[in-house]
Amino acid sequence: MNKTVAKTTRTIKVDYLARVEGEGALFVKLRGDRVEDVKLKIFEPPRLFEAFLRGRHFMEAPDITARICGICPIAYQMSAIHAIERALGVTVPPAIRALRRLFYCGEWIESHALHVFLLHAPDFLGYEDAIQMARQHRQIVEQGLRLKKIGNHLVSVMGGREIHPISACVGGFYRAPTRQELEAIKPDLEWALDAALATMRWTTTLDYPDFEQDYEFVSLRHPEEYPLNEGRLVSNRGLDIDASEFEDHFLEQHVKHSNALQCVLRERGSYMVGPLARVNLNFDLLPEVARQAAAECGFEVPCRNPFRSIQARVLEIIFACWEALRIIREYEPPAQPRVEVEPRDAKGCAATEAPRGVLYHRYSIAGDGRILSARIVPPTSQNQRRIEDDLRALVPSLIAEPEDRLTWRCEQAVRNYDPCISCATHFLRLHLERE
Amino acid sequence: MLIIGCGHPDCGDDAAGLLVARRLRELGLRAVEASGEATALMSCWEGETDVIVVDATSSGAPPGTVQVWDAGQAPFVRERFRCSTHGLGVAEAIELSRALGSLPPRLRIYGIEGRQFAPGGSPSPEVLEAVEQVVQRIREEVQCMKQD
Repeated sequence: MNKTVAKTTRTIKVDYLARVEGEGALFVKLRGDRVEDVKLKIFEPPRLFEAFLRGRHFMEAPDITARICGICPIAYQMSAIHAIERALGVTVPPAIRALRRLFYCGEWIESHALHVFLLHAPDFLGYEDAIQMARQHRQIVEQGLRLKKIGNHLVSVMGGREIHPISACVGGFYRAPTRQELEAIKPDLEWALDAALATMRWTTTLDYPDFEQDYEFVSLRHPEEYPLNEGRLVSNRGLDIDASEFEDHFLEQHVKHSNALQCVLRERGSYMVGPLARVNLNFDLLPEVARQAAAECGFEVPCRNPFRSIQARVLEIIFACWEALRIIREYEPPAQPRVEVEPRDAKGCAATEAPRGVLYHRYSIAGDGRILSARIVPPTSQNQRRIEDDLRALVPSLIAEPEDRLTWRCEQAVRNYDPCISCATHFLRLHLERE
Repeated sequence: MLIIGCGHPDCGDDAAGLLVARRLRELGLRAVEASGEATALMSCWEGETDVIVVDATSSGAPPGTVQVWDAGQAPFVRERFRCSTHGLGVAEAIELSRALGSLPPRLRIYGIEGRQFAPGGSPSPEVLEAVEQVVQRIREEVQCMKQD
């Protein structure tokens, strides 16, 4: 951290906001006790994935887009697959649908475990990083690492490897797992469910800043199940649309200070996607075990404190373990791992729930199967404006705090969103200026 | 002995560790490739007693310089290695393992200094030469162990 104290201006610079994915910086300017400017600067260069996709065959889209992120490749595969299947009028049998949910559960477990235990927990416990934390909280770190490993293992069994798995395709899977392969993961998932419940109890020991905002939460909502791959896009302010209407309601804007487009609701501006939004909008669809854990731990919906997103993530680890076990119990391998798909001149879009929130894809496909155009709106670009708004609201309450304390809280507030800057453009520096 | 080669195949000299692992595997040694992400690395060396990690370094030394560290000896300096996903890479894996008491009894790190790490780039000649040097050193060491 570089600190410069001038006569009328106080500047705090954090060269790296660590424990986020990708490269970026945060700039906060204060005049007296008023926040004059907040900018989440993303300087990682644009990655142009949408342009790479043009001219490629639609069957390549899931594997190309998976490369956008090493933490949530399955989300990219799922949004690409569902968008293309919607364009081409493909419906898959229930067994394949269930396998996709199982695959996604693996990603939620590994991604959430990484963030909760290794990236976000040190903020609450007052450690610089997970290494410092591990020396005094060995058990909790070991628990997190094992949970993450179990999520990775599930992804690996389903997808051939942990990072950038290779089994999912338009129409289903190149290979479906056997009953025995899935049965073998059950003991680990049973442990993981118990560990996630214990983690939820542990979250009650953390100190949460007294901070609430009147958010518009946006997530998918399905009539019968906690959302992963399917559902309508809904919000707590009346939004209720099909993914095909996404671009009518959401607008991606270029702002000078960021290489990632910022997505806003056309009518109402910033909004929140991700675990806290999902839990708030779909609490009734969580399994009993998760709802009971929430009740026992005093977590009530609607929860408007973004620092409690760590609890929402843990509730979703509980859900993902429970759901994975349910799917494995009921699993009957499909007769064919995938359905044949014929190209046609068509357009299609879909939104699925990446660990960090809604991930929207749209494709135009030519009659010979070539992709004519593609559009991808990742969750972090949707949360960017909301992160800036949170900081604008949070900083005035911290003005009396010493610089290091203020900076710490700002960084924690950014990490509430588990931002994946690589996905959004795709590290974060904090620059605080006081006048 | 387990050899773990870390890096990215398409980011210039970042491929150094992977190239070492591939060559050693061709020579019949137990060598695996890894991205360098901390938790995956920790899973990789879990239960192992003698591990060599090979990765590209960015310490300011001349390109192709080979440096060897014994992880059991001293805390690892993070700045030597390039950051991995979420900022948790080789150095974090070593220090997290040490904090948790799960560091393999013998863990050495071979660092090959890189010159350029740009996406899409090929490894530089100095690094390719150093890769071969490291392959021969590890191979000779394994042969000596077998003779003992």
